[in-house]
Amino acid sequence: MNDFSGMDALYRDFILDHYRNPRNAGTLEGPDASFEDLNPLCGDKIRMDLKIRDGVVEDVKFKGRGCAISQASASLLTESIKGKKIAEIDAIGKDDVLSNLGISISAARLKCALLGLKVLKQALALKYETADEEPAS
Amino acid sequence: MALAPSSSPSLTQTDVARIRSEFPILKERPHGKPLVFLDSAASSQKPVQVIDAMDDYYRRYHANIHRGVYHISELATEAYEDARRKIARFIGASAPEECIYVRNATEGINLVAYSWGRTNIRRGDAIVVTEMEHHSNLVPWQILAQQTGASLRFVRVTDDGLLDLRDLDRLLDGAKLFAFTAVSNTLGTVNDVELLSARARAAGAVSVVDACQAVPRMPVDVGAWGCDFVAFSAHKMLGPTGVGIIWGRRELLEAMPPFLAGGGMIGVVRLESSTYAGLPARFEAGTPAIAEAVGFGAAVDYLTAVGMDRIHRYELELAEYALKRLGELKNVTVYGPGIDHRTGVISLTVGDIHAHDLATILDSEGICVRAGHHCNQPLMERLDVAATARASFYLYNTPAEVDALIAGIEKAKAIFKIA
Repeated sequence: MNDFSGMDALYRDFILDHYRNPRNAGTLEGPDASFEDLNPLCGDKIRMDLKIRDGVVEDVKFKGRGCAISQASASLLTESIKGKKIAEIDAIGKDDVLSNLGISISAARLKCALLGLKVLKQALALKYETADEEPAS
Repeated sequence: MALAPSSSPSLTQTDVARIRSEFPILKERPHGKPLVFLDSAASSQKPVQVIDAMDDYYRRYHANIHRGVYHISELATEAYEDARRKIARFIGASAPEECIYVRNATEGINLVAYSWGRTNIRRGDAIVVTEMEHHSNLVPWQILAQQTGASLRFVRVTDDGLLDLRDLDRLLDGAKLFAFTAVSNTLGTVNDVELLSARARAAGAVSVVDACQAVPRMPVDVGAWGCDFVAFSAHKMLGPTGVGIIWGRRELLEAMPPFLAGGGMIGVVRLESSTYAGLPARFEAGTPAIAEAVGFGAAVDYLTAVGMDRIHRYELELAEYALKRLGELKNVTVYGPGIDHRTGVISLTVGDIHAHDLATILDSEGICVRAGHHCNQPLMERLDVAATARASFYLYNTPAEVDALIAGIEKAKAIFKIA
């Protein structure tokens, strides 16, 4: 084994697999919640679409471009939220995403690792804030 | 790479070894590896002469300038103005007062956009910029156009990364201002400033040159360029952050209203109105970056002593060697023109490895490159690439560091399992 000074641990096979074969890739027609954001400093971009029924995520797709860390992290995140209740997703934090990735992320790359989570949270915030403001019918 | 024989106007191995010994940071060992700094296009490292000049100012003669009648204030004023004279000589300005100290090139371009632009640009006027501009030579003109009702026209970039000049006369027809870079910060493309300035002048347009990448790496003579304004930053040419220059032709500067107002830029102040100082003080409101100006002067001394012809030649040799080595690698794409039209700034991508991942892997080897869009989003769209890694060379880099870059790229390819 070559000495890759930790880089082979960072870019381990399953990270590269999620980067090259992202799960739940694409967009949804008529999503219940959707958001797109980018990291303006580096140009990483992620859009996430969700189908939600009875407070449960039925389907999720994401579309993005960026580094292996941001794309693999978003791919892993979509896998972990399918079938989950919104309340459970609300409880997902930074540490959950990082432990899901299972690699140690430097401060400079933290934004990449967390872009997917940020987009997901904003999609949900947008949906539920808008819903709160709608008059009860 | 065979370094040039001593008769050639380049740097010898001995020169470079001496130069390297004068940059304290090059002794650092990030991640336990020798520091290979290939990001001078973003900001260069500093020789001990620059650090010492600033240190000496703070230790021995710090005082505000143009204010005190006491000895150390006179010393500070003299050092600040002496640096301006050195910088003026360095770029071939006909008089020091044509060189206005600003925070950086960005502030210099904004000074022209606000002061000259808002005085001279009217609704319906045209401003011409190029597709390869750094955001700092694009966004100020967008704002000027929005606020005045002027329109923007664009010189496009060819597939080779050169300016497409076929339409230039049509674009310049009736234009009031033409803003362009002397050297692309992403592609390393060297533009023909003399030609572009002459075409602007023939069309009656004022020319604004972003010289951030040119002044550090090639001999520059603003008189020979024949342009109207030139902006550059000290920190990219061995000097400190926080100071730069906007050079302008005297008759233009003299006709311009102040940009920032306050102390130091006034003639007579009454409660209702004031008169303004002459050049350069009119554009230098408030206490300036004195230590930084002193450091800037020391940086210019350093570059002058080494010789800009030799620095330029050496950087081209490094670039040529790097392009040759990169060309031998499979799955590596290099952007920009051939060696005849470029300088030591090289943007590249490797297979499907994102530039950030490449930069992270190179960092683990102690190699510093820039990754991303390089404040050049429209150009990246033109090249149809989301991000590139950029290696840039300067007088303290070596062929061995090019080899380290190549080895780092090989390592990244191995980790990403690319042939």
